[in-house]
Amino acid sequence: MSLLDVKDLTKNFGGLTAVSGVTMHLEDNELVALIGPNGAGKTTLFNLLTGVIPPSEGTVSLQTDQGLQVLNKKKPYQVAQAGLARTFQNIRLFKDLSVLDNVLIAMTAKHKESFVSSILRLPSYYKKEVEMREEAIELLKIFDMQDKLDNLARNLPYGEQRRLEIVRALATKPKILFLDEPAAGMNPEETADLTRLIRQIQNEFHITVLLIEHDMSLVMNVAERIYVLEYGQLIAEGTPAEIQKNERVIKAYLGGES
Amino acid sequence: MKKNLKYNLIWLAIMIAGYIIINVLEFAGIMGQFAETTLVLIGINIILATGLNLIIGFSGQFSLGHAGFMAIGAYVCALITTAIPNALGMLLGLIAGAVFSGVVALVVGIPTLRLNGDYLAIATMGVAEIIRIILNNLKITNGPAGLYNIPMLATWPVVYLLVCITTIIIVNFIHSRDGRAVMSVREDEIAAESMGVNITKWKVIAFVVGAATAAIGGALHANYIQTIAPTDFGIMESINILIIVVLGGIGSITGTFVAAVVLGLLDMILQNFGTLRMVLYSLALILIMVFKPSGLLGTWELSIRRLFTRKSKTKGDA
Repeated sequence: MSLLDVKDLTKNFGGLTAVSGVTMHLEDNELVALIGPNGAGKTTLFNLLTGVIPPSEGTVSLQTDQGLQVLNKKKPYQVAQAGLARTFQNIRLFKDLSVLDNVLIAMTAKHKESFVSSILRLPSYYKKEVEMREEAIELLKIFDMQDKLDNLARNLPYGEQRRLEIVRALATKPKILFLDEPAAGMNPEETADLTRLIRQIQNEFHITVLLIEHDMSLVMNVAERIYVLEYGQLIAEGTPAEIQKNERVIKAYLGGES
Repeated sequence: MKKNLKYNLIWLAIMIAGYIIINVLEFAGIMGQFAETTLVLIGINIILATGLNLIIGFSGQFSLGHAGFMAIGAYVCALITTAIPNALGMLLGLIAGAVFSGVVALVVGIPTLRLNGDYLAIATMGVAEIIRIILNNLKITNGPAGLYNIPMLATWPVVYLLVCITTIIIVNFIHSRDGRAVMSVREDEIAAESMGVNITKWKVIAFVVGAATAAIGGALHANYIQTIAPTDFGIMESINILIIVVLGGIGSITGTFVAAVVLGLLDMILQNFGTLRMVLYSLALILIMVFKPSGLLGTWELSIRRLFTRKSKTKGDA
């Protein structure tokens, strides 16, 4: 049984079929890449998987401790609580809040607190707050951001904003992390850093990573398996070596007669 | 842990000191009846505006219907205190008003809070107008004539106490985990939702808490002024509260306090200018908005903890 099972996922926007009959699976602790030319429907597929938009047809089911959970009818926050976390192609941080608050918000769903104890400031409130703070700082340390706790997210340099988005997603304690073009706008050096970071995340947190990326050096370097999407359909699946030789993929990227 | 207790005790000491100072001033005859009225009205405005600031500044939902919820609190409390004209009646009236207003906010909040920005503002304005028209036509509320001879139970110590209580509740709510969830909704709804934050729930909770606060302000208004009519709770009243929030700084409770006090004093001083009063008042608003568009304090908050840590830091440097 796979960790995440996707069956015949389809999304129609009016007459346009953005994603058509996608069937895929993600295994435990796997690093998978999703590639495809511009407009292939990669981000739409991400949005379908994380519940931001409901699918027209098909199912997404997640293996959880409580058994198999069907995710398609769920709201995004329920999908997130079930263990799917994501970053965004165009960064969506909580810009006017501090770095620490950005991470703490992501932890809120796992740390419920009664209304009364937070209004009356009972000792349990402070205790929990200290615990959460330590946990958040621990997480930020891994990404070398522990010195920037009180900076507003909007004032961080671009690369750090991308990293903070990953930290925030990890703070929800996900089973699967979806990264939407994490290397977009980065220079080669930053991309190399990111490559190392993604590997580290996968090993340290023991989670599955699915990433959309255009930077082929990054994809071929880290991915164990690759899905290729074109015009909303999966046209290939395989290891990086297989994908590099696949004729349909080469045609999709370079064009040519069929 | 002990430090937190220390900071909380300092806040408590400030509140008690404020009470004593006002008492002494009144006893010494420095503060007359007129000044006391100003003080009470400032207190009521603080209560109304902190509630609205929670909705607008922290959950990011633009509401123009605050006067409607204020009216509910005012009428419920006025009816109860007229029947039971003592402290118990006042307490019952406050609680009943807040609960009733909260329930109405819950019922209208669930459908309307799906809207954003301008659309929500117009929808909430409509809600307030509906409430006003209902009050205008009910028998129990005495129609357009309104209620009068309401017992004078909102003396300034009562108002002072309630300013403290509502502020503590709202500030502690904002600075808790729940408050952070509310602020994430303001910052980016899509991101908040993908971090597991139930955005509809937090929007509605902030709206309900804000509406309950407005009801407390309304109840105090009714029991201080002693007469209320539906025309007191029109769109202009909502805008007056909004002005305090915007002027103080959207997202700063300290700013709301400062703005309520500044506007209250301004209003008091301008009484001497007769017809020019409203012109000068409006001019002051325009000047503040031109030179401080983010409000008097922006999003700055007074924090005893920060004051102390800064002091100890400078000591360490020396």
